[in-house]
Amino acid sequence: MYAPGEKLWHFHGGIRLDGQRELSTGRPLGAVPLSAEFVVPVQQHIGQAGDVLVREGQHVHRGQQLTQVREYIGAPVHAPTSGKVIAIENRPVPHPSGLEGLCVVIEADGRDDWGDARLEPLEDYRALSPGRIRRRVRKCGIVGLGGAAFPTAAKINPLHEQRIHTLVLNGAECEPYITCDDTLLRHHAAEVVEGARILMHTLGGPERCLIAVEEDMPEAYEALREVLGGTSSGSFRLVSIPSIYPTGSEKQLIQVLTGREVPADGLPADIGVVCQNVATARAVYRAVVHGEPLIERIVTVTGRGVSEPGNHLVRIGTPVHEVIAHAGGYVEPVQWLLMGGPMMGVALHDDAVPVVKATNCLLAARRGELRAAGPVLPCIRCGECVRVCPARLLPHELYRLARAAEFDRAQEYDLFDCIECGCCAYVCPSHLPLVHYYRYAKSEIRDLERERQAADRARRRHEFRLERLEREKRERAERLAKKKAAVSHKADPERKKAAVQAAVQRAQARKAARGDTAPTED
Amino acid sequence: MIAVLAAIAALGGLALAFGALLGYASRRFKVEGNPLADQIEHLLPQTQCGQCGFAGCRPYAEAIARGEADINLCPPGGEAVIKALADLLGVEPKPLDESKAAPAEKRVAVIDENTCIGCTLCIQACPVDAILGAAKQMHTVIASECTGCELCIPPCPVECIRMVPVPRGIEDWKWPAPWGPQAPQTAAPPSRAEAA
Repeated sequence: MYAPGEKLWHFHGGIRLDGQRELSTGRPLGAVPLSAEFVVPVQQHIGQAGDVLVREGQHVHRGQQLTQVREYIGAPVHAPTSGKVIAIENRPVPHPSGLEGLCVVIEADGRDDWGDARLEPLEDYRALSPGRIRRRVRKCGIVGLGGAAFPTAAKINPLHEQRIHTLVLNGAECEPYITCDDTLLRHHAAEVVEGARILMHTLGGPERCLIAVEEDMPEAYEALREVLGGTSSGSFRLVSIPSIYPTGSEKQLIQVLTGREVPADGLPADIGVVCQNVATARAVYRAVVHGEPLIERIVTVTGRGVSEPGNHLVRIGTPVHEVIAHAGGYVEPVQWLLMGGPMMGVALHDDAVPVVKATNCLLAARRGELRAAGPVLPCIRCGECVRVCPARLLPHELYRLARAAEFDRAQEYDLFDCIECGCCAYVCPSHLPLVHYYRYAKSEIRDLERERQAADRARRRHEFRLERLEREKRERAERLAKKKAAVSHKADPERKKAAVQAAVQRAQARKAARGDTAPTED
Repeated sequence: MIAVLAAIAALGGLALAFGALLGYASRRFKVEGNPLADQIEHLLPQTQCGQCGFAGCRPYAEAIARGEADINLCPPGGEAVIKALADLLGVEPKPLDESKAAPAEKRVAVIDENTCIGCTLCIQACPVDAILGAAKQMHTVIASECTGCELCIPPCPVECIRMVPVPRGIEDWKWPAPWGPQAPQTAAPPSRAEAA
């Protein structure tokens, strides 16, 4: 029997990276001042976008709900400050495509007034049912703040048979440069732990809560130790884990902490574990105990392309360039502006896009700071990528299959287990943009699937139409037959015979009458 | 002699027994319809456009199954469908029939509602019932159900139907091929020099 938290396990592969943490941890936590205009994308999470509840010209309070979601996996968005809705339109959003998405644009009135938008504080959460807490978490629009933005309410609602025994709080930043979770723990460790207690209550009281921080986050570790009164307190245990990228990835972290692997097509809940980011835990605390929806988060602004790298509290919807300006502005020339870390981040096409719930880091990198795509050489099948792949895949094979458009085969090689961590591309001596190939293959497969579904629907509609035409023809024929029958009813054989009989009789009668009255010619 | 008779009896008995078993199985597990045509139909794009010369995807699938039609007659399906059909039927893929139009990007029909006179001719032509309307009422296309077959265009007496390309939104955006010229610049790993 293992004792989780005492012994640590390893996941396959991974790489040690230079964290570049000192760049952004040297300054105290700042706060970006209120912007004049906020752009709140309607879709900021995995799942369906909600329906917009407000109209143009309407005044909204800080924290007022702007959208309503109907799907189980979804989260509403809220007004980051009070002001007037000046537009509901498509605006550029942080997305690799550079395309626009529906946004609610709010002109701030500067009063930053909650009005009646703050929900009733539920300080005594222990007296509440888990369902009540989940409804609150959902209403407050909380999503995973580690970067994936999966709606939290759905994640803390395990099925009955998935008996949850461990809650993992993920404080492992994992990607280089990013220090927002570190900063959060340094400043708000007590709220994070309180949030964890609420999550424990909501999950029906798992046996233990493991709070994992990386070994290069000593201040955060210390802050947590102080709050817990030791590295172990009750069901809580504080664990320092080695900084091996991608240890902050959910499945890898669970493996490090418990030694168990999450099944390929399963969820952590299948092995009795729920994993939440530390910032998510704090957001849950703020939502339940203070009734505050998720309208701000800590963002790391870093890279050698900004003059004063640091961490800042930023309202969701603040334009990226204002955040950068608050961090002292760019140090030109900036080669890359990324949302997220250097390994998995999304290159932003435009710094007018807003900060969204998933924005953990804004990284402005100068030339030479990040490895350029480099001259791409053919794959020499050296196997370095296989050695580092944390999902135990065969990246070189997946690359070959994606390149040859053999998407079925790629799926057989478990393409969808790829977490796109970028370890393979990092070690590739041929500088192949491997992750790009996997993303390309995945999106092609998803598109084929969509096409197949559309074809199925078209086939069903076509079949239905043929059936309908057939039915209409049949019905017409039936109607015709009925009409005919009605007509021929008058001439059915009996009546016909009777009519003929009557006619014959009439003729005979006439004949007889003629015979009687008219004298014969001859 | 007895041994020979016994052998014949045993083999004959076995033959009868297996024959009966096979006969039973063929009745018990009889497959209704034409499974090959079904498989072929599932590979076809279901636009029901009739560009193959058959009255829809099902008749074309049945014709292929009977060996009466070639596999390269489906323009909306293009290369991908030809390849899939070749794989299924174990034949060599061939280029799209030259008499057929080249496969185009996905488009849907749009009715100019100011010009529409409400004649219902397009409604009758639509193979998937994707046009809404009634006599002397304006018609409109349900874009999500339109297969882009263009069958509604010839019957329209006032030429108010146009085909428009479907723009891809964020929802169904695809990563461009990494080897293409428009491949987006994605995040690059930190340089090795900075790695520990």
